[in-house]
Amino acid sequence: MEHAVAATPAWAVLAYLVAGVLFILSLRGLSSPETSQAGNRNGMIGMLIAVGTTLALHPTGLPLIIAAIAIGGGIGWVIAQRIQMTAMPELVAGFHSLVGMAAVLVGCAAYLNPAAFGIVDGTGAILAVSRVEMGLGVAIGAITFSGSIIAFLKLSGRMSGSPILLPARHVLNLGMLAGILILTGVFAFDAAAGMGQGPLLWIILALSFIIGVTLIIPIGGADMPVVISMLNSYSGWAAAAMGFTLQNTAMIITGALVGSSGAILSYIMCKAMNRSFISVIAGGFGAEADAGGPKGAAIQKSYKAGSADDAAFIMKNAESVIIVPGYGMAVSQAQHALREMGDLLKKEGVSVKYAIHPVAGRMPGHMNVLLAEANVSYDEVFELEDINSEFGQCDVAFVIGANDVTNPLAKTDKSSPIYGMPVLDVEKAKTVLFVKRSMGGVGYAGVDNPVFYMDNTMMLLADAKKMVENIVKSLNGGGH
Amino acid sequence: MDFLSILSIFVLAVFVGYYVVWSVTPALHTPLMAVTNAISSVIIVGALIAAAAGAITEGGGLSQWLGLLGVVLASINIFGGFAVTRRMLAMYKKKDKKPAASK
Repeated sequence: MEHAVAATPAWAVLAYLVAGVLFILSLRGLSSPETSQAGNRNGMIGMLIAVGTTLALHPTGLPLIIAAIAIGGGIGWVIAQRIQMTAMPELVAGFHSLVGMAAVLVGCAAYLNPAAFGIVDGTGAILAVSRVEMGLGVAIGAITFSGSIIAFLKLSGRMSGSPILLPARHVLNLGMLAGILILTGVFAFDAAAGMGQGPLLWIILALSFIIGVTLIIPIGGADMPVVISMLNSYSGWAAAAMGFTLQNTAMIITGALVGSSGAILSYIMCKAMNRSFISVIAGGFGAEADAGGPKGAAIQKSYKAGSADDAAFIMKNAESVIIVPGYGMAVSQAQHALREMGDLLKKEGVSVKYAIHPVAGRMPGHMNVLLAEANVSYDEVFELEDINSEFGQCDVAFVIGANDVTNPLAKTDKSSPIYGMPVLDVEKAKTVLFVKRSMGGVGYAGVDNPVFYMDNTMMLLADAKKMVENIVKSLNGGGH
Repeated sequence: MDFLSILSIFVLAVFVGYYVVWSVTPALHTPLMAVTNAISSVIIVGALIAAAAGAITEGGGLSQWLGLLGVVLASINIFGGFAVTRRMLAMYKKKDKKPAASK
């Protein structure tokens, strides 16, 4: 190990440390929208320092390396410019898979050419501790890769969001996991493996690719916000494991940051759905993933339906309106029309706020991005715990494309599958306007929502975008 | 650096990460994921070492190509991740200057 220290000069160690600190500052910048752009810049500078330092330390083979950076960078840049904000979850899942694969490639490269990484002892064998780090790094990277590919396919609709349940999958997964750990242990002390021979690492790799798939396929579409956060965490741990192998502080700090970030986001998402992490991993929840998809049972209970003109009239004469957007709003691309509606109401002197449930979108904070894209000022957008007490005093709750997150049964009905989930108290508003495609559909959880049938609820049955556009038209027509 | 020093850095960084991430406003959780994605691609350092060393050591051919492929993948992530984060963050605006009639 002393050998490796001698190989890295002090200035480089310090440069990597600076890069690590800049990465910390880049996340710190995200504590508020005002400082966030500076934060992102810090991240870029940190990356530039890390890459520059590495190239200065290893100035060989540069033409190919620069070509590789140009190709990858070009692809990444184009994707980033073209991607729709509604497609952000699958983009992030796709990016996670690349981090995972890169970790696998680095691990394999280090195994094949350990001297270049300074991880060999006097006899030319790979150090045992490095082999443990390598085995774990490759395993986590491979799980991140194949798991993220499945998440990407599910999120982009290329694969059904419904859970795929293999028989005895828990036994299978636990068995493979144990196998990976045991093989990593054997790998660390096997003499042939130390010389870069034998199939052990490749078996670990293959098992990890498989377990990544079998871990994610049983998880339903509704739990995807947790999955995507979890894979975010894994990609961090993979980077950290490789950082151990390379004894690189920038990689270790970053890996730890990203690992904890993903873990915290998973926790927040689980809490927002009142699901335990274990039950999400176990899978099988949310057999029907298509939001707004027609479901059989016709509902007989009576409800009050209204028109766009009714809705416009009610909101224009209100003092305060709280808009509750859900993923259905994003699916029908109603956010721009919605912002226009909000602007018109404000012109009429109505106070307009937006209430966001943590799982309103397909990933943490997704709805905020969609509203920001539609030019909604971020100081009008509130999180669940900040705004929930205000429904009692507000005149109109305008629910659009959301369902389960407004269901009061989550507070009262212990037998309901969503019992215990924190929900927005829309039923406390004087009037609830509920935009929904039809009365037939139910949310992810497949539960009927009693808000539909309340006396003070008016159902606005139409496509979300069309309904909001008609309300805007009505507001424009009646206002002058 | 010995294993224990590295482990110490790692453990401390996990705690730093824990407190820093809790301070991130929920409204920016999507950009947070995009930017963590970009910075976790610092794994490019390992890929660069493999790609550079493979060019000079004998028998490093396969390792070099694995490294180069790693550089391509990590670069997609770095450029894509930072660029998409920048695009998202640019949309978060406060519109106080607008002559809104009332609040």
